[in-house]
Amino acid sequence: MSERSPVPEMILCPDGPILLRGQHVVVDDDGVEHRTTRPVSAICRCGHSATKPWCDGTHKVAVPRARTSTRTAD
Amino acid sequence: MLIPKARGSLSAALFAALPSLGPDDAPPPCPTTADDNADEQIALWALYELHYRGFEDADAELEWHPDLLRLRRSLEIPLEQRLRARYAAEAVAPDAGPTLAASVFALVEGHRGPSLASYVQRNADLEQVLDLLRMRSIYHLKETDPSSWAVPRLPRASQAALVELMYDEYGCGRAREVHSDLFARALAACGLDDRYGAYVDEVPTEVLEQNNAMTLFGLHGRLRGAAVGHLAAFEATSSLPSRRMAQGLARLGMPTEVAAYYLEHVEADAVHEQLATRGICAALVEDDPTSAGDIFFGAFTCLDLESRFAAAVLADWGVGS
Repeated sequence: MSERSPVPEMILCPDGPILLRGQHVVVDDDGVEHRTTRPVSAICRCGHSATKPWCDGTHKVAVPRARTSTRTAD
Repeated sequence: MLIPKARGSLSAALFAALPSLGPDDAPPPCPTTADDNADEQIALWALYELHYRGFEDADAELEWHPDLLRLRRSLEIPLEQRLRARYAAEAVAPDAGPTLAASVFALVEGHRGPSLASYVQRNADLEQVLDLLRMRSIYHLKETDPSSWAVPRLPRASQAALVELMYDEYGCGRAREVHSDLFARALAACGLDDRYGAYVDEVPTEVLEQNNAMTLFGLHGRLRGAAVGHLAAFEATSSLPSRRMAQGLARLGMPTEVAAYYLEHVEADAVHEQLATRGICAALVEDDPTSAGDIFFGAFTCLDLESRFAAAVLADWGVGS
C-alpha cells in the first residue's frame, strides 16, 4: 500500500485473500449475504476456509485450487 | 500491580529500592551484573513496566529516573546481543521471496519449532491449558501495547497500515472488544485472576524474555524494523494456531469466553498478517530499504522466542517436543 489517494478498497493478496476495506455486504457461493464487521476484512480465495466467506489462513496449508467466485455488493 | 518478586541478587536489590525511591533520589548501589538470565529478565521486565502501567508501590516518575534508565540499558545490551546472535546463527535467508511480504511469509513457513496450539488441540488437559493461559496473560493483557510505541517512528504509509491494524486490536472504539479485554474475560470465565500482571511471579523466564524483546523493539526508534517484523511474524503465526487452540478448548469443555478470544484471532489475524506484511513492513522498506534486515531479525526473534517458550513449557509438562 502506498500513499495514493483514494485508498484502495480492495486488495488482492498474492497467494492469499482479498482484503476488503470498509463496510460491505459479501455474497457467498450459496447467495447468502454476510456483512463485514471489521475495518478491513479478508475474504477467502482458496476455497478452503472454515469460516467462509472470511479467510482463516488455511490457504497456507491447503493445496491451491480454482478461485471461488465470491462477489461483493455495497 | 505490585512490584514482582525478585529472581536473583540484582532484581532483589532493585525491587527493594523501588518503593522508597523518589524521582531525584540516587538509588542504593545494585550489583552490576545479574546472577543469571532469570534475574536479568525480571529486572528488565520491571524497568520496562514503568513505561506501561507502573506499580502501585513505586513512584510513577521513576519511569524517567536517569539511573534506572542506565540500569535498563545495561540489561538491554546483552539481550539485544543475544537475540542478534541467535538470528545470525540461524542464517535465515531474507531474500527467499519475490516481495518483502513473500519473504516474511517464507521465513515464517520455514521455521520449525514445537507448537503449543497443536498440543492443546489434541492432548492438553485442563490444568495445562489453565497453566498456559496464566503464562499468556503477561502479554495478552497488554496485547498490542508494545507495537504502539512504533507508530511515531514509522513513515506515513506504515503508520496508516499499523494504526488500521491497531484500531481492530483495540476494539474499533468499543472497550469491551479491546483484545486485552477479551482475554481478561476469558481468564475470569475460567476462574483465573484477570488483573494485569497477576501471574508474573510464576511465569518462566522465557515469557519475560518474549515480552522484553517486544518492548525493546518498541521503545527504541532505531529498532522500528524489528518491531514491525516481530508484529508481522506474530500475526502470521496466529490464525491457524488460534483455530487449534479453540478446538482444544472445545474438547475440554472450557467456557465459551476463552474460545471466543481465540476465534476472534482466527479471522482478525488473517487480516492483520496481510496488513502487517504488505502494508506496514513493505511500506517501511520502500521508504528505508536498510530496514529490511531488522524486519527479518524481528520476525525471526518472534518465532524463535515462541519456540523456546513452547519447548520449555512442553518439557515442564513432561511432553517431548
